Amino acid sequence: MRHLLSISDLSKSDAISILDTAAELARVSDGAVKKLPTLRGRTIVNLFAEDSTRTRISFEAAAKRLSADVINFSAKGSSLSKGESLKDTAMTLQAMGADAVVIRHPASGAAQRLADSEWMSGSVVNAGDGTHEHPSQALLDAFTIRKHLGMGGSDLSGLSVAIVGDILHSRVARSNVLLLSLLGAKVTLVAPPTLLPVGIHNWPATVSYDLDSVIPHVDVVMMLRVQQERMSDLFFPNAREYSRYFGLNAERMSTMKSGAIVMHPGPMNRGLEISAEVADSARSVIREQVTNGVSVRMAILYVLLAGGALEVGSN
Amino acid sequence: MSVALSAQDITRALTRISHEILERNQGSSNIVLLGIPTRGAHIAGRISAMITAIEGSEVPTGTLDITLFRDDLRMRPPRAIMPTKIPTSGIEGKDVILVDDVLFSGRTIRAALDALGEIGRPRAVQLAALVDRGHRELPIKADFIGKNLPTSKNQSVKVLLSEIDGRDEVTIEEGTE
Repeated sequence: MRHLLSISDLSKSDAISILDTAAELARVSDGAVKKLPTLRGRTIVNLFAEDSTRTRISFEAAAKRLSADVINFSAKGSSLSKGESLKDTAMTLQAMGADAVVIRHPASGAAQRLADSEWMSGSVVNAGDGTHEHPSQALLDAFTIRKHLGMGGSDLSGLSVAIVGDILHSRVARSNVLLLSLLGAKVTLVAPPTLLPVGIHNWPATVSYDLDSVIPHVDVVMMLRVQQERMSDLFFPNAREYSRYFGLNAERMSTMKSGAIVMHPGPMNRGLEISAEVADSARSVIREQVTNGVSVRMAILYVLLAGGALEVGSN
Repeated sequence: MSVALSAQDITRALTRISHEILERNQGSSNIVLLGIPTRGAHIAGRISAMITAIEGSEVPTGTLDITLFRDDLRMRPPRAIMPTKIPTSGIEGKDVILVDDVLFSGRTIRAALDALGEIGRPRAVQLAALVDRGHRELPIKADFIGKNLPTSKNQSVKVLLSEIDGRDEVTIEEGTE
């Protein structure tokens, strides 16, 4: 594997091997070893043309724990804000000898464009492209679900997951639907009709408009952020109404199965899609998602960068 | 293909190594056995059971995966990471005995020494290998050897263990792939 652009590029065994690698790496970083020499001498560029806290810091921490050199590069404070094109930026990175670029970009397909071009020779990791995909988030979500609810198996078969909220603008939802169904989980999408994309019926998931009827039957409730910055039209009458029908509050949470967990990719709009009480409750694994994010991103960088292209005879 | 060690030879060699470890360390009170996955870990488990049978007390035994410390990662496709399990008593101040199946270039052991250094500071580190096939590329020597097998570089040594392969045997094959 050279790039990680979309979950649809992964086979089930690829996905499971990333999760297994992450599990071993998590065990290593839980112990005494915080720093591994594995990617010493490699340069990883975090190219963030869109704001991010978690993903950028998480990729940075992952790269540093594997001893790679990290260059952070964000739109604000770089020539991207002067209007430099993606092509020129990529060629600059190539000239500096970047082994991998972790790219977040507001345009869907930006990571694919970078990987398909001849502009640079390194690996490309998609850290969120517009409303398309966010594969590392889906992998860390699957990792977290498997850790909490996996029935000893390596996949997620037998589990059901509800993804609730702004599906239309959510790259997290797209990647998660693909990955969770690939791993054998049953996915239900819950949203107002205005926040569902065209062609939703071709997704490997069922659709519901009624949160209350879904919640008691699922093992995982994954709340999505209402992405106000991407909303140019009116998608729901007002925040209070959205919150009443599609928000997760303590009362709704009390109808969940015992052992079921609440997830959110962050950043949260507390009081809109999720109440503060739920976000801080014992069912919430939101903070753990962040911790697991580092291990999963270490695994992604390991799989993409640690091996060489040359195959040498075994000993 | 020729058989270098039969199942009986392997058991005899490991029994002798177990006694040598005890003799060298004056008992098992301060030792920790760490096997290098995959086959080294199983060999460490067998030595541990033998020492327990001889001494009557359990020896802390674990596994040490060295994949993340290898210096040849870039020459091969990515390898799966195997579990590392350090006994709860730790390795600080202990006499750690690394166990591997085949000692060849010595690079695995170099990586293992680096990995150990990240975990703690043993009092001493010793090395046990079922087979020493020569061709060292680093100044590394085993303390306990099951059998010295002089080989040429284009031969390959295969260690089969009943835990994984269904039977115990060490063979030498001509011409590596």
